[in-house]
Amino acid sequence: MKPSEMPIERHTIAVLVANEPGVLARVIGLFSGRGYNIESLTVSEVDEVNARSRITIVTSGTPMVIEQIKAQLFRLVPVYDVHDLTQEGPHLSRELALVKVRNVGDHRIEALRIADTFRARAIDSTLESFVFELTGGTEKLDAFIDLMAALGEVEVSRTGVVAIARGADLQMPLVRRKVVRRKPRPPAAAD
Amino acid sequence: MAQPRSSNPRRPAAPTTMSGAAIILKALQDQGVEVVFGYPGGAVLPIYDELFKTNAVRHILVRHEQAAVHAAEGYARSTGKVGVVLVTSGPGATNAVTGLTDALMDSIPIVCLTGQVPTHLIGNDAFQEADTTGITRPCTKHNYLVREPGQLARVMHEAFYVASHGRPGPVVIDLPKDILFADCPYIEASEVETKSYRPQVKGDTTAIERAVELIAKAKRPIFYGGGGLINAGPKASKLFTEFVHKTGYPATLTLMGLGAIPATDDRFLGMLGMHGTYEANWAMHECDVMVCIGARFDDRVTGRLSDFSPNAKKIHVDIDASSINKNVPVDIPIVGDAGVVLEQMLAVWKAKGYQADQAALSKWWKRIEGWRSRKCLAYRPSPDVILPQHAIRRLYEKTRGMDCYITTEVGQHQMWAAQYFGFDEPNRWMTSGGLGTMGYGFPAAMGVQIAHPEALVIDIAGEASFLMNIQELSTMKQYDLPVKAFIINNQWMGMVRQWQELIHGGRYSESYSAALPDFVKVAEAFGGVGLRATKMSELDDVIDEMIATPRTVVADILVKQDENCFPMIPSGAAHHEMLLGPEDQAERRTSEEGMVLV
Ligand SMILES: Cc1cc2nc3c(=O)[nH]c(=O)nc-3n(C[C@H](O)[C@H](O)[C@H](O)COP(=O)(O)OP(=O)(O)OC[C@H]3O[C@@H](n4cnc5c(N)ncnc54)[C@H](O)[C@@H]3O)c2cc1C
Ligand SMILES: Cc1ncc(C[n+]2csc(CCOP(=O)(O)OP(=O)(O)O)c2C)c(N)n1
Ligand SMILES: [Mg+2]
Repeated sequence: MKPSEMPIERHTIAVLVANEPGVLARVIGLFSGRGYNIESLTVSEVDEVNARSRITIVTSGTPMVIEQIKAQLFRLVPVYDVHDLTQEGPHLSRELALVKVRNVGDHRIEALRIADTFRARAIDSTLESFVFELTGGTEKLDAFIDLMAALGEVEVSRTGVVAIARGADLQMPLVRRKVVRRKPRPPAAAD
Repeated sequence: MAQPRSSNPRRPAAPTTMSGAAIILKALQDQGVEVVFGYPGGAVLPIYDELFKTNAVRHILVRHEQAAVHAAEGYARSTGKVGVVLVTSGPGATNAVTGLTDALMDSIPIVCLTGQVPTHLIGNDAFQEADTTGITRPCTKHNYLVREPGQLARVMHEAFYVASHGRPGPVVIDLPKDILFADCPYIEASEVETKSYRPQVKGDTTAIERAVELIAKAKRPIFYGGGGLINAGPKASKLFTEFVHKTGYPATLTLMGLGAIPATDDRFLGMLGMHGTYEANWAMHECDVMVCIGARFDDRVTGRLSDFSPNAKKIHVDIDASSINKNVPVDIPIVGDAGVVLEQMLAVWKAKGYQADQAALSKWWKRIEGWRSRKCLAYRPSPDVILPQHAIRRLYEKTRGMDCYITTEVGQHQMWAAQYFGFDEPNRWMTSGGLGTMGYGFPAAMGVQIAHPEALVIDIAGEASFLMNIQELSTMKQYDLPVKAFIINNQWMGMVRQWQELIHGGRYSESYSAALPDFVKVAEAFGGVGLRATKMSELDDVIDEMIATPRTVVADILVKQDENCFPMIPSGAAHHEMLLGPEDQAERRTSEEGMVLV
C-alpha cells in the first residue's frame, strides 16, 4: 500500500516534558512546521517537585505519520517520555466544558432537563442564562453543546482532552523520594 | 534550602562564582574548545573582554556571521569535534540563521552563543533585540535562553552534550547581557546530567540478528551508506568497508557519505541519487535486500517514491528514530549508532559463520558490470575549451596522495566534484547537502584550514556561489590561511540554467552571471593570489601553481558555459528513468508531477 493510501487514524498521545519556557512552543512548532494535525492539545504541570508537565495531544494521520509524530516528539530535548495511549490499550479521555446558554425563553426547564441527563451542573444562573459545567468524552460534550445551541445562544469554553491509561500500570509516574511519614498534626484552629 | 556553612569543614566548599563571561570561557576550555568563530557587538562585549584578558581560546574574526557558522561546520565536519560560534544580538543572530539551518539539515554539531539584550529589556523592542530563541527554534536541534545566573554553567555543558550526542546538530545559547556580568556559580561538566535526552546507541539484538540473516540470504544485495557513517566517527567507515568486503556485496553512498568507503574500492558503485551513477541507481532499483546505514532516504536519493526499489526488503540503521519510516517504509528498523550497530552486525555474521551466496552474487555482479560498462561519467575532453568535469578530474589526479580536504559551493560544480573527485577517507569532503547553501564552501574551507593548518584545503566553487561569501577573503588574509578557491566559472548559475533548459523550454530567466568581477584582481585586492585558466593548455599549470602557492589563491577556471550535469534523474522520475546525456533529454519530458518538485 502506498503511504498516501493508508487510512487516517486518530491517536491520543501523552507526553511528559520538562516544565521550562518554550517547551510548548517547541511542541506546537513541531506540529505546524511539519504539517501535522492538532485536534486538541492540553498542558499542565503535573509534578512541581521535578518541574514536569504533561501534554495530551489528540492528532490524526496515517500510521506512518503517527509514528513520525511520536519519533519527532521523542527527540525533542526537554521530552522525557511519549506514550501513544490509543495504541497501548484502553484509556480514558475526558474534557471539561463550561457552556453558557442565553435566551432560551420557554425552554428553561428543557435546558435543565437536558443538563440533568448529561450530568451537567448549573454553576451560574441569571433570569435569562445558565452556565453549565460538564465533563466527559469529546462526543458527549459535542452532543450537549449541539442541544443547547438548538435552544438558545451559546458560548463555550472547553479544556481539550486529558487522558490516562486504564488499569494499574503507571506509565509516567510522579518521581518522588519516599517521604518519612510524620505524625499528622492536629488541624489548625479556624480563626 | 539552607546554605552550606563554610565553618563546617565536612561540607563541600560553596561553588566558585565568577562573572557570566568568565564562566562561559571556563566552560569552553573545559569542553576542550580550541577555537571560536565569531563577530563582536554590544551584547557580547563582556565575552570579548574576557577573551582579551584570558586568551583562553583562539578567536577567528570572520567578516559575516553566516560565514562564522559555515566555518564552524567545516571545522566540525573535518575533525569530528563541536564547532563553536560567537555572535552578537539582533543582526548577529539573524545573520547566523542560514548557517544554523544548514547545520541542522546536515547533522553538524555546533554550539552558537548569541548575545541578547539584558533580561529586564527582553520583549521591549530594545536596540538590537531579536527573539533569537523564537527565530532559531525550528532551525536548531535545541536552544536555550539563560535567564538565571545559576543556570549558565549547566546550560553551557548541556549544550555540548546535546550538540554532539545522538544525531548531531546546532544548539543556540542566547545570553542576556546582564547574565554576562552577574556572579554565577561554576559547575563541572561531570556534574551535569541531562535526564531527558538519552539517545539509543546500541541496536536491538534480535533485530540485528534478523537483519544479518536477511543480509546473508540476499541474492541481489546492496549497501547504501550515508552521512550518519561520517557522524559516527572514522571507525564506522572502517567497519562499513569491512562488512562490504566480508560479504563481497556492492556499496553506494549518498552525497553526505562520500569517503565512508574508499572511492577506489571496486565494490563501490559511486554516489547514488539524482546525479548518481547509472550502476548505483540501477542496483538500488533492482536489489532484493537494501542495507541502509546512516542515510535518510532523501528525495534527491529516492526519486519517485512509488517506484523506489520496488522489490527490496529494507534494513535501516539510524540513530534518529524519526529518520526511519519517514519517506520509505522499511522491513527491519534498527535504532542505534552506525559504528556500534556495524560492530554488532559483524559479530553476528562471524558468530553464525554466514557466507554470501556466491552463485547469486556473481550473477548480480555480472549485471552490475553491465551497467558499469555504460561508463556514465565518461566525457570527451575537448582540445581547446576546458570541460568542467575535466578540470575537477585533473584537480583530483594532481592532488592524489596529498593531505587534501575539499569543500564545495552549491550547483553543477558541486555535483561534478562529487562525481569526479574521489575520496578515500571520511571527513575529507565538506558540502552543503540538505539545505544546499550557496556560499557554504569558502567559509567552510576556512574552518577546515584552521583545524588542519598544514593541509591542502580547496573550495571547489561556482562563480555565482563564490560571490555569496567572498568577503571571507579578508579573513583569510588576516590569518594567512592558504585556502584555495577553485572556481568552475561557467558564467551561469549553471544548475538553474540546466533546469530551465530541461523543464522551462530554455527560457533562461535571470540565471546568467552578469557583471562578474575580475576574480584575479579581487584576489589581489584582498591580498591573495589570483590565477586564471581560459583554455585546456593552461589548466594543468594553473592547478600546479595553485597547489604550490602557500597563500590564499583564487583560481578562476573558465569552463564550457553550457555543459550540463549528467547522469540525472529528472525530478519526479525514478531510478530506472535516468538521463545519461544530452541525447536523452530531448526524448523525455518531465512529468507534471515532477514540475512542482524542487
Ligand atoms: C544540488 C544538489 C544535488 C544533490 N544531489 C544529490 C544526489 O544526486 N545524491 C545524493 O545522495 N544526494 C544529493 N544531494 C544531497 C541531498 O539533498 C541530501 O543532503 C543527502 O542525500 C542526504 O544524505 P544522507 O541520506 O546520507 O543523510 P544525512 O543528511 O547525512 O543524514 C544522516 C542520517 O544519518 C543519521 N545519523 C546521524 N548520526 C548517526 C550515527 N552516529 N549513527 C547512525 N545514524 C546516524 C541521521 O539521523 C540521518 O538520518 C544533493 C544536494 C544538492 C544541493
Ligand atoms: C543561497 C542560495 N540561493 C539560491 C540557490 C538556488 N541555486 C542552486 S544552484 C544555483 C546556481 C549556482 O551557480 P554557481 O555557483 O555558478 O554554480 P554552477 O551551477 O554554475 O556550477 C542557485 C541559484 C541556492 N542553492 N542557495
Ligand atoms: Mg556557475
